[in-house]
Amino acid sequence: MTQVGGNRVTPAPQASGAPSEPVVIFDDVSIAFEQKPVLENISFQVHPGEMRILLGPAGVGKSVLLKLTNGLLRPDSGRIFVFGKEISAMHEQDLFELRGAIGTVFQEGALFDSLTVRDNVAYRLSEEHLPEDEITARATEALRFVELEQTLDKFPSELSGGMRRRVAIARAIVTNPKLILYDSPTGGLDPITSTTIIELVMKQRDVSHTSSIVVTHRLQDAFVLAMHHFDRAQNKMVPLPPHQTDTNTTFLMLHQGRLVFDGTTAELIHSTDPFIREYIS
Amino acid sequence: MALATIDAAAKRGVSAVQEYALLSSRAVSDIFRRPFYTSDVFMQADIIGVGSLPIVILTGFFLGGVLALQSASTLNQFGAEAFTGQLVSFSMIKEIGPVVTALMVSGRNASGMASELGSMIVTEQIDAMRALGTDPLKKLVMPRILATVVMLFFLVILSDAVGILGGGFVSVSMLGQDATQYFNTSYQSLEFPDILQGLVKPIFFGFIIATIGCFYGMKTRGGTQGVGRSTTQAVVWSSILIIVTDFMISRTLIGIFGR
Repeated sequence: MTQVGGNRVTPAPQASGAPSEPVVIFDDVSIAFEQKPVLENISFQVHPGEMRILLGPAGVGKSVLLKLTNGLLRPDSGRIFVFGKEISAMHEQDLFELRGAIGTVFQEGALFDSLTVRDNVAYRLSEEHLPEDEITARATEALRFVELEQTLDKFPSELSGGMRRRVAIARAIVTNPKLILYDSPTGGLDPITSTTIIELVMKQRDVSHTSSIVVTHRLQDAFVLAMHHFDRAQNKMVPLPPHQTDTNTTFLMLHQGRLVFDGTTAELIHSTDPFIREYIS
Repeated sequence: MALATIDAAAKRGVSAVQEYALLSSRAVSDIFRRPFYTSDVFMQADIIGVGSLPIVILTGFFLGGVLALQSASTLNQFGAEAFTGQLVSFSMIKEIGPVVTALMVSGRNASGMASELGSMIVTEQIDAMRALGTDPLKKLVMPRILATVVMLFFLVILSDAVGILGGGFVSVSMLGQDATQYFNTSYQSLEFPDILQGLVKPIFFGFIIATIGCFYGMKTRGGTQGVGRSTTQAVVWSSILIIVTDFMISRTLIGIFGR
């Protein structure tokens, strides 16, 4: 489903056709570190199948917002709901269970350097004590998705930066999570590798329809995600027709700890806010 | 200004003690909560226990030997050289065995734990573990505590035995003493409170080594420099705490049993 121009379209409903509950709700969330406010009064929602691209200058709190989403950090005030559960009020032990349904791709991959690629990808499955055959099959399948099934027995240190990032994506998707959080998935990578990673992120969005929050400070990546879709027949991303954007991809922008934008691609492009204009120019 | 600095330092100190107490208590309570990471416990027991065998045997043997050498020359002045075995076994079992073994294991493993966990913190691997639904305290800290406590207990027994053997070797081969007399006095003079003291200490020391190593590892900040700092602090503080705790246990048990 695509939209022309700047009209905001309700995110894809579930199979039943009924409007679905948001996957993530931030309700007036604030957090400070050592008395220094990092995020203030943040409110937004992520609907099923929706990809929210979080933009903002470096150090504005984008990664903090992601860590709040999976409960790695707790807000000082406000409430955060994930899959309808208020995670800001949950006990740490209950959060471990919930996080099983959330995939996270960290900034530098954060692969376990003493485990092989197979064991990294299959980490969650091993924790669930699945049979070894099933673990190997699912890890291989996830690695095939990122086109790295030949690296099964390698260690992370034997892989390039881009390959490590792809393994991190495989690790995030191996349990078929309902929500994926990408923390600067292309940060520090060359343009060609970045495009490969963005294509994978898009593939996950358009093939599996997983809800996601993508943190990036690279506008080019953000607009590629908004203006392309993944074609399963060609097995690659293709541009949408002119003036069309992906309706399930919307934007959030942080500036000085506050959410200064929450809207569609067209609304972002046509925004008159001086900061946003300067940021996207 | 100076007052503010003292105030801030005091707050940091109290906060560190509080964090340490929380980490230790949570990790201990994790022993009784599922899932139980059996394979991780065995792996750590292998690294900590089997890996420390060579240094424990070597130090134990030579400590026993030097104890025999030193005590024999002093006892000789009173014509009591026959009590060399008793002195060596007393010293090894009650003090030298537990303390030196703990210090050796601390130097080897508290530093290892701090650097390993510290590296995992700075490369976001601990966050990744939490994000994957695993409690790092249960998966990483609990197995280290359990393995260190159990393995140090046996390492100390081994060190005591090797130390007494070392003392015997020196007494017989270098001081010309009778082997039967040495081992008889070593064995017969020992009583229950002596053995108890020697076996209670490694339990506390093992707990200190693992919790301090993990605590400094888990609170690492500031990249590779931070990892180095954590490693040093882990060894320094575990060594200090081992010696302070040794005094407190000795005082308490001597108070109770009178020896």
